[in-house]
Amino acid sequence: MIIPLLKGLAFTLGRFFSKPITIQYPEEKVPPAKRWRGIQYFEKDERGKTKCVACGLCMVVCPSQCIYIETAEDEEGRRYPLVYELDVTRCIFCGFCEEACPVNAIFMGKTYEWVEGRREPFVMNTEKLLEQKKYNP
Amino acid sequence: MQVLYLLIETVVKCVVVFACLMLSVAYLTWLERKVLGHIQIRFGPNRCGPFGLLQPFSDGIKAFFKEDLVPGRADKAIFVISPMISIISAIALFAVIPFGNEFTIPGTNWVVKLRIADIDIGLLYIFGIASLGEFGIVLGGWSSGNKFGLTGSLRAAAQMISYEVALGISIIGVIILSQSLRLSDIIHQQAGGFWNWNIWYQPVAFVLYIICGLAEINRTPFDMPESESELACGFNIEYSSMKFALFFMAEYAHMITMGALAVTLFWGGWQAPLPQLDFIPGVVWFCGKLFVFCFFFIWQRGTFPRLRYDQIMKFGWKILFPLALINLLITALVVLLKG
Repeated sequence: MIIPLLKGLAFTLGRFFSKPITIQYPEEKVPPAKRWRGIQYFEKDERGKTKCVACGLCMVVCPSQCIYIETAEDEEGRRYPLVYELDVTRCIFCGFCEEACPVNAIFMGKTYEWVEGRREPFVMNTEKLLEQKKYNP
Repeated sequence: MQVLYLLIETVVKCVVVFACLMLSVAYLTWLERKVLGHIQIRFGPNRCGPFGLLQPFSDGIKAFFKEDLVPGRADKAIFVISPMISIISAIALFAVIPFGNEFTIPGTNWVVKLRIADIDIGLLYIFGIASLGEFGIVLGGWSSGNKFGLTGSLRAAAQMISYEVALGISIIGVIILSQSLRLSDIIHQQAGGFWNWNIWYQPVAFVLYIICGLAEINRTPFDMPESESELACGFNIEYSSMKFALFFMAEYAHMITMGALAVTLFWGGWQAPLPQLDFIPGVVWFCGKLFVFCFFFIWQRGTFPRLRYDQIMKFGWKILFPLALINLLITALVVLLKG
């Protein structure tokens, strides 16, 4: 009856001197999984602008309907998104937009932290989506 | 003038001991959470200050600002008075614990004894006051008008009765050896190195004392009065704010006192384990030994699960009580035969 009690004490003492396995979140982070779908970003073309041709496939495929596009044509006859709005608060990060994109313009990023005091900043436009690229090397 | 000096000395000692005790209580809660955390391979509090060292103060401030609630169906006077009984008895216990040898103030011939009161019935006083502390728990649970509180306090009462007997009897062996109830006499009788400590002469009593002491301060293997999983905190279920904090502090102060008493009775008090190490002040040895006991109390809390209520009763009456009696008989017989 005594031996198991002592064994238990020895076990907990061993645990006491072992290194805690806690990951202290804001300071230490677990890298996201290889196929993690985080906040989207836009890939740039050689002119430094978005590759998006505003075909509207992502808008159609999006199950939560968080993408809104208005199409326009520039002087060279190239189609580009005049308005591209992605509401991150509504996005469910399914990754369908990335799959649907025929020109590889939109990608699912790795970031998952975004805090704001208001709703408006969460609606991303083209510039913000291009900016997101820097978090996804 | 002598009387005035004595008064000043006593007041200073009281203030210092009280401050140190309260500070140790605060940091014992921190230590407990830290040690339990590391036992469970996590960190414990580490956000508030370096290593979470400011956590006790943060907790204190939080408790202070909580709403102080008295339930409508509670017996208000007793409800208010029972945390006071708990904390007062827990603090008053420390009055007779010798935490160091005497020293002379340099430049005078005034001898300061490092204990607040050196009364000749020290042990009796301790057991009297310690039992009084249980009344805080019993009355607190009973007066809150809550079935969980009532169950907790009934359990506290039953546990107190069954373990206090074994506790008292296990101590009598030590008293027989030292022929005195005065704590400083018990310490002086163990002078001259660790082989003279009572733990070698009374090993069974030491183990019994530790087990019964744990039951007496309602620590984890025996924390029936506040079993979180069945009674939802038991006797202190209706307490909030500083009243709860007082119960909490009383529990930890009681724990320190139990450790200090174990040091005094079995580990030679403030005396160095080797005569060569006498140059280190007794207070340091006392605190070191006390720390060992406090660590053990926390360590075993992180190890052992809570016993069932009937197991506790059975264990107390059918194992500990006879063991204590046998130990007492053998000790008395040996002392009598040796003359």
